[in-house]
Amino acid sequence: MTAPRELIVKRVARFLQDGDVVNLGIGMPTMVANYLPENVHIVLHSENGFLGLGPTPEPGQADKDVINAGGAPVTILPGGCCFDSATSFGIIRGGHVDVSVLGALEVDEEGNLANWMVPGKLVPGMGGAMDLVAGAKKVIVSMEHTTKKGEPKILKKCTLPLTASHEVDIIVTEMGVMEVTPEGIVLKELAPGVTVEDIQAKTEAKLIIPEVIGSME
Amino acid sequence: MKGWFRLKKVVSREEALSHLKEGQTIMIGGFLAVGTPETLVDGIIEKRIGNLTVINNDTAFVDKGTGKLVVNKLIKKFIGSHIGTNPETGKQMNAGEIEVELIPQGTLAERIRSAGVGFGGFLTPTGLGTVVEKGKQKIEIDGKTYLLELPLRAEVALLKAAKADEFGNLIYRRLARNFNPMMAMAADLVIVEADEIVPTGSLDPDEIVTPGIFVDMIVKG
Repeated sequence: MTAPRELIVKRVARFLQDGDVVNLGIGMPTMVANYLPENVHIVLHSENGFLGLGPTPEPGQADKDVINAGGAPVTILPGGCCFDSATSFGIIRGGHVDVSVLGALEVDEEGNLANWMVPGKLVPGMGGAMDLVAGAKKVIVSMEHTTKKGEPKILKKCTLPLTASHEVDIIVTEMGVMEVTPEGIVLKELAPGVTVEDIQAKTEAKLIIPEVIGSME
Repeated sequence: MKGWFRLKKVVSREEALSHLKEGQTIMIGGFLAVGTPETLVDGIIEKRIGNLTVINNDTAFVDKGTGKLVVNKLIKKFIGSHIGTNPETGKQMNAGEIEVELIPQGTLAERIRSAGVGFGGFLTPTGLGTVVEKGKQKIEIDGKTYLLELPLRAEVALLKAAKADEFGNLIYRRLARNFNPMMAMAADLVIVEADEIVPTGSLDPDEIVTPGIFVDMIVKG
């Protein structure tokens, strides 16, 4: 059986189209780059100011001035370029990023997203997340379906402070693929072995069930 | 070298630091300390210049970038987009020792740019429907709602460049550019720490990123 995270990032990767400009969030979304279908070539944007984000450098080859948005050493691919932060966020806000993939603490049926703070516990700051979610053409949330305690993260209404409202398009979890529509969250695909009842039981929002549901693999 | 471009702005670190004062608002370039003028930051710590309002994207790490100013308790107020990589900032914030104003990163960059380019503000969709919109004017243009965000200036900007000529024309390296070019235009006094200082006229005009007219002092990094 495929590990849950691998299942998620593999499916997210299949949403990406040849030529897309993509921003991948820190953590699980970063793994998406390793699972691109053959013949799909994308340009990765990094909010700290470059296009052409490449893989982790070989041992001993790290450049102190080449990091990703999480501070990890990375590389710049041939053809990549560097720019200032205003340009970087102009690229984001101006609609030049086709897809933003990021994690979530909570998502709700209106497409609201909360992923930047937990009052009283965790206040790291929003960094570039609010701009990315508001600015990218398509926002894909890639996350585990429930919290570590097994509580739903896909809610009727987010309880945590929002990152952006009405901006999420697609939710991919280890249980299935969902699309946020004006009517609510539509279940598009199920992971192998998961039933409609299973996924609904772990989801607070009422899922809209179409006649045909695809398979996530 | 003709006219004004003859001006040489290279000063000693001591001379540059003598312009920094208790209680000032200081912008500092850098993203997770990449592009931060560490020598100047260390100078602030040596001289114990405190009570500062610091504008930087983030508070980096406890031993790097503006994070060192947090650890040394020299910051009264921090304005930026992220404090998560430096646990000391959160600790001081919860203890009421430092005030933190969080701004979405793109809005932060553009507010600084606005101050530098003479805009009275700008309209952005970022932060709509979140705590960021609190107290801000909403303006509708062609059926879309935006937040009005205002310019952000400082008394001093401390920047990092890879190369400067003696007039202050700057070239950055890789991801060390980030907020530096905007900050160069948005402060009363602009001090640059450069890894390499070259004679004016030796940089290719096409490759200069920040025009030297914005720069007041250059210190060798």
